[in-house]
Amino acid sequence: MNQASQMMTGNLAAAWGARLADVDYVPAFPITPQTEIVETLSKWCAGGELNARFVTLDSEHSMMTAAGAASATGARVFTATSSQGLLHAFEVLYTVAGWRVPFVLVNVSRALASPITLEPDHNDVLAARDSGFLQIHAETCQEVVDSILMAYRIAEDPRVCLPVMVNLDGFVLSFTREPVVLPEPAMVHEFLPPFRPAHLGFKASAPHALGTAVVGGSIYTYFRHQIHLASMNGLAVYDEAAAAFERICGRRYAAIDGYRLDDAEDVLVMTNASASKGKAAVDAAREEGRRVGLLRLRLIRPWPAEAIRDALQGRRAVAVLDQNLAPGQGGILFQEIAACLYHEALRPRALCSFIGGLGGKNLSEGEFRAIFEQTAEAGVRGKGIGPVLLYTEAEHREMQQMQYLAHELKTGR
Amino acid sequence: MTWEPHIFKDLHQIPREEHVFPGTPLCAGCGGLESLRLASKVLGSNVVYVNAAGCFTNLAAFPFTPLDASWLYTTMGSAPAGAQGVRDALDVLIAKGRLPKEEDVKVVVLGGDGSTYDMALSSTSGAITRKLDFYYFCYDNEAYGNTGVQLSPATPYGARTATSPCAVRHPAGTMQEKKDIFEIWRAHKPPYIATVSPRYPLDLEEKFARAAQYSGPKLFLAFAACPTGWLFDPAYTPDVAKLAVECGIWPLKEAINGEVVHTYLPKRQPVEHYLKLQGRFRHLFEPTVQTDAIAHIQERVNTYWRDVT
Repeated sequence: MNQASQMMTGNLAAAWGARLADVDYVPAFPITPQTEIVETLSKWCAGGELNARFVTLDSEHSMMTAAGAASATGARVFTATSSQGLLHAFEVLYTVAGWRVPFVLVNVSRALASPITLEPDHNDVLAARDSGFLQIHAETCQEVVDSILMAYRIAEDPRVCLPVMVNLDGFVLSFTREPVVLPEPAMVHEFLPPFRPAHLGFKASAPHALGTAVVGGSIYTYFRHQIHLASMNGLAVYDEAAAAFERICGRRYAAIDGYRLDDAEDVLVMTNASASKGKAAVDAAREEGRRVGLLRLRLIRPWPAEAIRDALQGRRAVAVLDQNLAPGQGGILFQEIAACLYHEALRPRALCSFIGGLGGKNLSEGEFRAIFEQTAEAGVRGKGIGPVLLYTEAEHREMQQMQYLAHELKTGR
Repeated sequence: MTWEPHIFKDLHQIPREEHVFPGTPLCAGCGGLESLRLASKVLGSNVVYVNAAGCFTNLAAFPFTPLDASWLYTTMGSAPAGAQGVRDALDVLIAKGRLPKEEDVKVVVLGGDGSTYDMALSSTSGAITRKLDFYYFCYDNEAYGNTGVQLSPATPYGARTATSPCAVRHPAGTMQEKKDIFEIWRAHKPPYIATVSPRYPLDLEEKFARAAQYSGPKLFLAFAACPTGWLFDPAYTPDVAKLAVECGIWPLKEAINGEVVHTYLPKRQPVEHYLKLQGRFRHLFEPTVQTDAIAHIQERVNTYWRDVT
């Protein structure tokens, strides 16, 4: 493989994913930090580099409806959003998953209001975890473009026929330039056959009804369970796609990404771009003599329980660093990790839950050090901890200063 | 200026072929369904109906559909966006040679007044602005009918609904005036808008046939007399639909490229003739006659016609 890399942002990489997939239709709506993706695609559609129709809708709710409807008509569809936009379209996520339409949605993660902010965490994308969309979470810009190509292949597989969401972190990845090797069009052509669905499309000669109402729970149960079965089929389809992608493009993306796991006593579980920081923290901890490793979850839906169990069984302790907060509960992924380890005879002696990086808050070396220390102690003790909020005294002092300032401005004192 | 039909001058000219077949789960006497049945005689079967949440959602209930055309159920707020996706995809696939031109279908949105007047307004406005080539068929029964007849922005002054009861503080029931969706649509400058009533089938068929000449948004507001919601015997649907027009409450009109023409000029019977047929207005007459409320409704009708004729 003699391919030159070029520097590009995560957003540009996402646009390239759509371009290389030779999509037919891009319904769009701007939202920070995703906007660069649709801006780029609009230029390519206007300039002819991409033979697709680009349409700006009136909202993400409309955008997602148009995406699903176009896919149901037989076009290969790409769209993108973030945060509030994803939630504005929430009803439609479930609706189009029920239509069993295989389009790809890029979500550029951004924390949710209120308070309103632009910076990333994963409460947006994880809110959609039960919608029926498959979810692939990317760590690097390279992974963004590659994951979009994989996403189309998986979505369009007759065993799956579900939309796929590819997630990348706002700012940290969306606006950060990294070296990216773009697959050659010939490679993409070999990896991703043209979209010619036999079962979709509205034709004069063959009228059919999609999204019809059902009367009675048993019919409803049948169709919803079909979505579950199709999603579960996605595990094997994902592995096939990963193998084919490696064969053709030379890069391998397993459903989970293990880092220095072989002899690790304690394992830190993370997702998305911050996992790069976590890997650096693993290296630093190793230099201090700690036998630690990192497990990055890449495929979130379907949930690769078997692979996660294999990676985590027999460890002393496992820490899950959730960049999300389920108020009244804790970390979302912690619950899922804990659930899938429960029946394991060799389950870790301790599970620890950490909440960090909310609203783009920095994950410092000190915080990682504290995670590894507390996780090791929990492993020795045989009792997990958490949820532990990563939030330092210095940060709290800064917050208090702002509260004093707000009070003074309000009261004049 | 007198409006003359060009195509449909005689009932025998209405195609006998049916595209909406009997046996739907909709209420007996549904005026919306009758309008759709008549519309489909011009639209034909090469259609995909993009449905918004509403009474018509019940038309296609697995595994049945009364239509010989395609169907896509979307949401309450985004059927026009669904139409956008379908139309765009059809255009792209035909342009790329992946769909034969003869397989093309018309895209027709079906929405009730709840969807049309409020929730899907953003989606509709967007579709008209983008000059989407589609039909919008609103069956207007002046309430959220499928949920049990609650106040909608299309509910007229004086009607009683489940959430605008007649009460001591507002004895007339609904206090708001019906939103003028026709003018909201017209402000967007689509090529074709019309109101229709199933009791005036030639007028209805003529309008669908005329609209077919125009590419772009074609909007139809169909009077949907509603026995269940308006509290009258289903046998009286034709009478209610007729009197709404004859009393001047439901003007039959069209706007081609923004120019409004009334397609039928009623002699304008007193509004009581229309109101008295329906249980939703009974409180205006019993136990005491609410003279002011009835006069208000009459005055509104008079004002409308004074301004347009």
